[in-house]
Amino acid sequence: MIQNLLFDLFSFILLGSAAMVVTSRNPVHAVLFLILAFINAAALFLLAGAEFLAMVLVIVYVGAVAVLFLFVVMMLDVNFAVLREGFQRYAPIGALVALILFVELALFVTGSTIAPGAAAARLFPTPDNITNSQALGSLIYTNYLVLFQLSGIILLVAMIGAIVLTHRDRKRAKRQNLDIQHARLPVETLTMVSAKLGAGAAMPQPKKETL
Amino acid sequence: MSVFLQSNLGIAILTLLESLAIIVPLLLGVAYLTWFERKVMGAIQLRKGPNVVGPFGLWQPFADAIKMLFKETIFPAGADKVLFTIAPMITFGLAVVAWAVIPVNDHWAVANINVGILYLFAISSLGVYGIIIAGWASNSKYAFLGALRSAAQMVSYEVSMGFVIVTVLICVGSLNLNDIVLAQRHIWFAIPLLPLFVIFFISGLAETNRAPFDLAEGETEIVAGFFVEYSAMTFALFFLGEYANMILISAMTTTLFLGGWLSPIPFAPFTLIPGVFWFLLKILVCLFVFVWVRATLPRFRYDQIMSLGWKVFLPISLVWLVLTAGFLEIFGMLPHA
Repeated sequence: MIQNLLFDLFSFILLGSAAMVVTSRNPVHAVLFLILAFINAAALFLLAGAEFLAMVLVIVYVGAVAVLFLFVVMMLDVNFAVLREGFQRYAPIGALVALILFVELALFVTGSTIAPGAAAARLFPTPDNITNSQALGSLIYTNYLVLFQLSGIILLVAMIGAIVLTHRDRKRAKRQNLDIQHARLPVETLTMVSAKLGAGAAMPQPKKETL
Repeated sequence: MSVFLQSNLGIAILTLLESLAIIVPLLLGVAYLTWFERKVMGAIQLRKGPNVVGPFGLWQPFADAIKMLFKETIFPAGADKVLFTIAPMITFGLAVVAWAVIPVNDHWAVANINVGILYLFAISSLGVYGIIIAGWASNSKYAFLGALRSAAQMVSYEVSMGFVIVTVLICVGSLNLNDIVLAQRHIWFAIPLLPLFVIFFISGLAETNRAPFDLAEGETEIVAGFFVEYSAMTFALFFLGEYANMILISAMTTTLFLGGWLSPIPFAPFTLIPGVFWFLLKILVCLFVFVWVRATLPRFRYDQIMSLGWKVFLPISLVWLVLTAGFLEIFGMLPHA
């Protein structure tokens, strides 16, 4: 009973905040609603008994991806008038896409179960007496090890690509080199000069250029 | 009675009472942590600290709270009022909900869930939102700078913290916090995993935006950072949230590395003392170090914080993770669930 109520609650908030993501005028509000939608999706995962997925969803999407997203959106200077100008022009295409999606959804909902035997045909049903993080771990690291490693390599390549594309060598930037600083001796930088009263003293030049 | 406890209403009431049993001591703890910090810092700096309100200044936290309650909450011009009000609530609320899974004694947790440590990690990764939202909603340059700084800092230190947690998990073989503590019956993880213990504690300082990593506040350069525009109770919530987060990180350190509620001296007269006492004592020691560090060390420069996180802590924790896994595998000590 309580679980049904909670399911209704979380789904309502999820759908509501998802609607707000596309309708809210302020892009920062839109991202915050997206985060709310993520958290409610995680709660739905919890209700379905997938506690590991729920926590990973929060850690990865909410804790890392959405933070960077929010960062970017906050730094952008979005002009709402310009954004709304295109609305008239793209409205027919948007309506068409929405119609197709709606028809597909309607077919899906009215056509009851599309694959009745799906649950029975699952390749690896979760065993009873172990937690689902253990089940997931042993599956990924025994049966699908190569695929798992490959996806890791793909991510690595994507990361290197992003760095190569955006990295620029700023020649004028001053960098601190701790080794040089630590290796520096007082003799190289300090010179004691006794100045004559009223005459001053000529500044001796440092012996060698150090950072 | 037991039938009633099994019913939906019974479970709801029981959970409510359990939550109260965690939240009320936590709030008192937060109030007295401010007093503790001022007393300890006073002693370090050869001052007396609060000593006027009540015996040893013990009523000082309540005097401060009442003062805050009677002040006016000021909204800056152009601020996003809703987000401006929500931000401190998020910060404080997250610091409280994390306590749902922390075991204060054997099986004494509001929710003894299978993925306890992931839950803690998820909640602490959400903490950055209170700060970003506050910085953005204030519509102020200083607040925004503070928010940007702390967001980058918290995201960076979470990475190495994650690797430290994974190393501990390899040694335990479970994500359950109760199991993590019980796995330390013979030896606390702080001893075999000493470098990681140090990394975790320092990352904890950075996660809570405490000195010497309190660049988000940086009062000498950006006034008070993300909460410069806040006043009265909204400011108090940020303040309390910071202290509640300190207690939370100390509790996490205690659970992961210092053997949780287990007695440090494993024979008769000491094992009879209830575990809650040892748990609180260990948290208090961690908190003392927090205060000690604040009173002793100067603030880091921003690029130094970043290079410490990414170029020192991340490689060390990564290598230590691989070493630990290899060691456990070679000597056949990997825990099999």
